[in-house]
Amino acid sequence: MDFVTRGFQGRPRGRDDRLPPGQYLTGDFPVLSAGPTSNVDHDEFELWVATEDGTRHTWSWAELMALPAETVTVDIHCVTSWSKLDTEWRGVSLDTLLADVETAADFAMVHSYGGYTTNLPLEDLLDGQAWVAYGYDGDDLRPEHGGPARLLVPHLYFWKSAKWVRGIELMLEDSPGFWEQLGYHDYGDPWREQRYQGD
Amino acid sequence: MARAAVPGGLSARRAWREATLVERRPETDSAVTLVLDVDGWPGHLPGQHVDVRLTAPDGYTATRSYSVSAPERGDRVELTVQRVPDGEVSTFLADGLAVGDAVRVRGPVGGWFVWRTGQPGPVLLVAGGSGVVPLMAILRARGPGAAPFRLVYSVRGPDDVIYRDELAVLAATDGVDVRLVHTRRAPDVDKRPVGRLRESDLAAPGWTGEDAPTCYVCGPTGFVEGAADLLVALGHAADRIRTERFGPSGP
Repeated sequence: MDFVTRGFQGRPRGRDDRLPPGQYLTGDFPVLSAGPTSNVDHDEFELWVATEDGTRHTWSWAELMALPAETVTVDIHCVTSWSKLDTEWRGVSLDTLLADVETAADFAMVHSYGGYTTNLPLEDLLDGQAWVAYGYDGDDLRPEHGGPARLLVPHLYFWKSAKWVRGIELMLEDSPGFWEQLGYHDYGDPWREQRYQGD
Repeated sequence: MARAAVPGGLSARRAWREATLVERRPETDSAVTLVLDVDGWPGHLPGQHVDVRLTAPDGYTATRSYSVSAPERGDRVELTVQRVPDGEVSTFLADGLAVGDAVRVRGPVGGWFVWRTGQPGPVLLVAGGSGVVPLMAILRARGPGAAPFRLVYSVRGPDDVIYRDELAVLAATDGVDVRLVHTRRAPDVDKRPVGRLRESDLAAPGWTGEDAPTCYVCGPTGFVEGAADLLVALGHAADRIRTERFGPSGP
């Protein structure tokens, strides 16, 4: 032990092995966004996927609702150190959305209503790892938590789960999104505590 | 790779540094300012925060983020900590940490919720409770001849005003428009009925959407949601409203 804060004991341990390093449990659902909450009506909602050659696939709200949906229970981890276990979401798997998309891309830039972006490797969006979620805890997903629909990529820090999702741009090369340009990690694995660039 | 210019190289900002408490200043019954001496501090911008890490004898650590309350001044880093009921880190910092004791800090963190010297245009600051802390760093950083500044600061009652005396001086002699909004108890001289922040608290000549101030909103989640919605309703462009939320909220 190279350093101890004099007098600090901390909470009783008995750490949950589902809690990544440096995280603490919360029963609440805190909100983190860079600006005002976007309010997107179902009427104006359109989800798009664009490939590297410019081909666009789009879904209206009704078309998104018509796709096969899944209910998943996952743990989520925010870079600001809170984690929430066993959260229940309903949405469409990215495997479903991307099933007919032809691409050679290795990366994706996710775009939100309001201008937010975040980048991820495409493989992290596939194989049952990511959803476009529109339900939370048995109810509609509320706007402050990203409704009508948000990306859900629970194995990465939660800023990668872009709120108010509107499009997924498939890219041959990686490029940093909003928080990633501001010093946050390009990948953001909570188990490797990749909070900031260089972690 | 594109990256916003913020103080300190990446490795400098990631490094955990020993930070020794050199002064504590009570601000209210539940908030205290801690002045830390951080060896080799890379500097920070007003609005940024730092990670504070406490280490127990068995190696257990607890890390939380705290906003810096004063502009860059060598190795000195000032934080104002509001005691959170049952808060593992905030209660220790507020009550247990003595002058001469050390913690670890790293940062600065956050390149979005910042104000830069020379940034053009008026600045509208909207604080709820201890959300005033990073906004105070912005107020303290503005120099002579700076663009107009307005602070709308929501508190429960008169005893909850952090930086009360300094804000009074800023308002009386320094041309900062400070408006206190009392949600539960107000001084007798305040004619505004107590209650949560409303449109009339934010609407003022010179501070409309057309005046295009950059708006910084900081406070608990519910407060920030409400204040940002009011600003949008008043005609402020969403891309000029920067928010920083803290604390838990119901799902």
